[in-house]
Amino acid sequence: MTSVHHHLDHATVLRYAAGDLDEAFSVVVASHLAMCPVCRRAVAAAEDVGGQLLEDDGEADLDPGLLDRVMAGLDDVETAEPTPAPRTDGEVPYPLQRFVGGELDAISWRPVAPGIKRHSIRLGGSSSLYLLNIGPGKAMPEHGHGGQEMTLILSGAYRDAIGRFGPGDIADLDVHVEHQPVVEPDEACICLVATEAPTRFKDVVSRLLQPIVRI
Amino acid sequence: MLAALAVTDVQPESRPLADAAEEHKAMMARIAEFGDRTAFKALFLHFGPRLKSFMMKSGASAAQAEDLVQDVMLTVWRKVHLYSADRGSVSGWIFTIARNLRIDRLRAGSSQPYEDLETIEIAGEEPSGEDVTLAGQRAERVAAALAGLPDEQREVIHMAFVEDIPQSAIAARLDLPLGTVKSRMRLAYSKLKVQLEGLQ
Ligand SMILES: [Zn+2]
Repeated sequence: MTSVHHHLDHATVLRYAAGDLDEAFSVVVASHLAMCPVCRRAVAAAEDVGGQLLEDDGEADLDPGLLDRVMAGLDDVETAEPTPAPRTDGEVPYPLQRFVGGELDAISWRPVAPGIKRHSIRLGGSSSLYLLNIGPGKAMPEHGHGGQEMTLILSGAYRDAIGRFGPGDIADLDVHVEHQPVVEPDEACICLVATEAPTRFKDVVSRLLQPIVRI
Repeated sequence: MLAALAVTDVQPESRPLADAAEEHKAMMARIAEFGDRTAFKALFLHFGPRLKSFMMKSGASAAQAEDLVQDVMLTVWRKVHLYSADRGSVSGWIFTIARNLRIDRLRAGSSQPYEDLETIEIAGEEPSGEDVTLAGQRAERVAAALAGLPDEQREVIHMAFVEDIPQSAIAARLDLPLGTVKSRMRLAYSKLKVQLEGLQ
């Protein structure tokens, strides 16, 4: 397993453990967790906190019939056995496999700018989830701003002001961090992205125009 | 609300807390091994009222909360073989079942990513290296760590975990910038982590 250098923000660890992320962000976080034992332990600790709050926070009287209904219901419940291990050695983390299958090579891409391709994953909820495939040496496109965004590297790598992001690394950054990532020269970078607001791509031209637009 | 939250006097209570955590693990083992309904009933009597309170604080009506209690406890029975004592406390595990149902039913979201992750964790079965006898200590430590948080940090943890309030709504309710809520969460987590680290 590749070693991971960039992890989840601890505020995100708590939100995930509490169940406060929508599906797009949960998929990205769960995919990082599938690749990162460090953050898995962090989430487990946060879930123990949840358990302790459940333990201590209060009790409400139950309908006297509820116990009997539950006990009677046990007969209809088939107990689950551990399932055989799914494939987890490839480049597609297991929580993402239900959406795109097990092979990055088999994904269909739509070009969105020179050297940049995108594969959208449709989910309920207002956040977007998609894969980006960015050619060697290309700058990552800027996403529309106004909300949180998270980027998980699946293959290849990019560098930005913060450092190098390779497979398993997650950029879980605060909204207004300008980091201007550039893909390393030898290989395309494929990453999984969740954004809170609908994403608007700003291609190279519109980025050049930005100073003018701002006036 | 904070008064109800404060887990004061953890010290004198710490033995019973640790004993209860051990007992819950023993009950799970009996349910897994023998389908022991007496053990399951005891677990229900302990967690049922807590789960109902938890669900009502998350915004469920009393009737809806009882439906959810029923589903959580039937899931405990169904998944008992998937619980592994060396990965964490029974209360933590039951919390995750309750949280997942809360996502699916109260938030109309999807707990599928959590279920997928559970599938590979179980298949991977990394032993935590935690001595089972430390489990009770762990419960004490978590309780003590929570009790030791400053009120303003415990408040955001409580709102997120128990009241199921989205982070942005916590900020609105407390009339704070989102960044302040996030930094309170980070500070709370780092204090909790220090307490738990020795056991991980
Ligand atoms: Zn990590």
